[in-house]
Amino acid sequence: MFHNLRHLVRYRPLIQSLVTRELKARYRGSALGFFWSFINPLLLLVVYSFVFTVVLPGTHPPEIEPYALFLFCGILPWTWFSSSLTEASNSLMAGGNLIKKVLFPAEILPIVAVLSNMMHFFFGLPILLAFLVWFRPTITFTEVLWFPVVVAVQLLFTLGLSLILAALTVHFRDIKDILSNLLTLWFFATPIIYPMHLAPGTISKAVLNANPFSHFAVSYQEILFYEGPFGHWKWLLAVFVASVLLFLLGYFLFDRLRDSFAEEV
Amino acid sequence: MSSHPLAIHAENVTKIYRRFAHKRQFATLKSAILSGSLVRDLKADETFRALDGVTFDVQAGRTYGIIGRNGSGKSTMLKCVAGIAKPTTGKITVNGRISALIELGAGFHPEISGRENVFINGIMLGLSKAEIERRFDEIVEFAELAPFIDAPVKTYSSGMYMRLGFAVAVHVDPDVLLVDEVLAVGDEGFAHKCLDKFAEFRRRGKTILLVTHSLGLVERFCDEALWLDKGKVKAVGDPKRVIDAYVTEIEESEEAFLAAEDARARVRVDLGAGSSVPAHQAGEPEDGVTAGKVEAPADMFKAEAGRWGSGDIEITRVDLVGPDGATGHVFHSGESMTIRLHLTAKAAVNDFVFGIGLFNADGVCIYGTNTNIEEMSAQEIAGDGVVDFVIEDLALTEGTYKLDLAVHKLDGFPYDYHRQLYTFRVKSPVKDVGFFRPRHSWTFSPSVRLQRLHGPEGWRPHMKDDEPTA
Repeated sequence: MFHNLRHLVRYRPLIQSLVTRELKARYRGSALGFFWSFINPLLLLVVYSFVFTVVLPGTHPPEIEPYALFLFCGILPWTWFSSSLTEASNSLMAGGNLIKKVLFPAEILPIVAVLSNMMHFFFGLPILLAFLVWFRPTITFTEVLWFPVVVAVQLLFTLGLSLILAALTVHFRDIKDILSNLLTLWFFATPIIYPMHLAPGTISKAVLNANPFSHFAVSYQEILFYEGPFGHWKWLLAVFVASVLLFLLGYFLFDRLRDSFAEEV
Repeated sequence: MSSHPLAIHAENVTKIYRRFAHKRQFATLKSAILSGSLVRDLKADETFRALDGVTFDVQAGRTYGIIGRNGSGKSTMLKCVAGIAKPTTGKITVNGRISALIELGAGFHPEISGRENVFINGIMLGLSKAEIERRFDEIVEFAELAPFIDAPVKTYSSGMYMRLGFAVAVHVDPDVLLVDEVLAVGDEGFAHKCLDKFAEFRRRGKTILLVTHSLGLVERFCDEALWLDKGKVKAVGDPKRVIDAYVTEIEESEEAFLAAEDARARVRVDLGAGSSVPAHQAGEPEDGVTAGKVEAPADMFKAEAGRWGSGDIEITRVDLVGPDGATGHVFHSGESMTIRLHLTAKAAVNDFVFGIGLFNADGVCIYGTNTNIEEMSAQEIAGDGVVDFVIEDLALTEGTYKLDLAVHKLDGFPYDYHRQLYTFRVKSPVKDVGFFRPRHSWTFSPSVRLQRLHGPEGWRPHMKDDEPTA
């Protein structure tokens, strides 16, 4: 397993070019091209802001203003996470031709799915930056240094889960459908459209704490939205440890099932 | 054994696949995770043995051909060597960089340009970016795609797609090239270019493993051949010897197949055989000539295989006899063939004509004759008898042929008419076209020089020295 993992480093150029290909191919033929990477999150933001400030006003406490910025802190990384999982779980089937006909390390496919969605996440960041400059000119530099750390942990977590899902979906196609519904549930069970401290009762608090993505969302919010120093790092450390274990488990599972892909895809 | 190092070493390779069934997915998954084997928890009837203890060695620099029928495990073997599939048991070692031409352009993305695809495909096959840049012009030129290289691959025709895939794959410059039946790419000119490329690989001392149905290719190109049959090695060694054994077995099984088909056809018609004559067939003299049913009216050509007639004279058995005196269904072009009719006449009959019609697989009449056309006058037949129609030189090209055999009155009234009930196959080492091969030879003036190619499937002209010196 570790041998294969080391092997993967040699395939860096391939991963690079596949991610580039993915990004190029996605907007090939559309009039706005790469701008969609900016427009998509912006439109999503407009929809959510409209719903929660105009259609359902008063559903969020007054202390989380500007609400749009708060939302953006959670939605942008969530979109990266959820579309990564959706694409990764289908990646082996979609790339079946490669697995069956070319000598090709299969884990590259889910990895490319996660990384290309990460690139989209990065493309959305300038808009977030514009929001920050507009709403929070007081943001401190040391706090922002935490941002790439959170991104790195989220990347590891997403990769681990993606490998598991990709490998299992080959054997159980049902996962694709279960996943899309599960992700909707997961979204609402994560403090993205509401703040963490608003959760009523101890049970829901425990649920939120047990949800790893809560800690990503809260971390982003603490860094970018709330004033004051980053205080969530203990939880982030715990999630980091969990992510390492998840990644190792995911890679082990993927490696064990590797030989079945060419036959079952 | 020679002192050459081995390029490929396969030892006792067995590959077991799961038969497709929804129910046992979990067993496969569980055993894969727990024991690393996909099929351990499956019962014997849930699995399929694609390869069964295959062992072979390929020395570096040799061209090695794998032949066998469909489903014999050739492609599985190649995939195992390529590392795409993993043998269930046994081991394979390959020395050097492999490039597998299994499916051309497998990694192409339709939305992006040919240029970008060349780069990605090249990287996938193990080249570095710099290496591809160096070879890029050569690849495009080889694929003959220079004007289209910046268009998205989805706009390519399938031929263009394949050519580009092939061009990239052969420019990987592997030490070991695995080829799975991909030479049917593009037009004649491109196919030649591919063959030239293979020849170049050979000259440069690269190892080639070739899986193909084209026996001619194996015979011309390969240093050694392996015959796989139902996942097992049936023969290995000199290509000519292996191919001969393979072809012989193919003929035997074709023979069995044709014999079974003939038997079925006869069982079908025997149900109504010997009964009354179908109305529309009954005696219709045609211009006073009883050319028999071979030159029958138009509806005769539409008639299906069958048997009809009054049964006064009956064809009880038909044998097709080869030059060695054995009956069979597979014959060789240029050899002799005898059609032997066994007859029984219930009572003495003095008005009869024997006719024969030869048809190709599409039901087109190639030749027809009868004893009346050839100016033989019937005297008498009584009891049992045998009629031999001897073809000294089967001047037919390779293909499947059917026979009409009949005995009828001079006016066409049928005693026993067998319509296309007998099938035989003609085999030929020369792949000429059409169905009739006139006995021929080529002569050239001294200024015209040709070289004879040897090998059963190469283009072999009949030259003067082909003819037996009489």
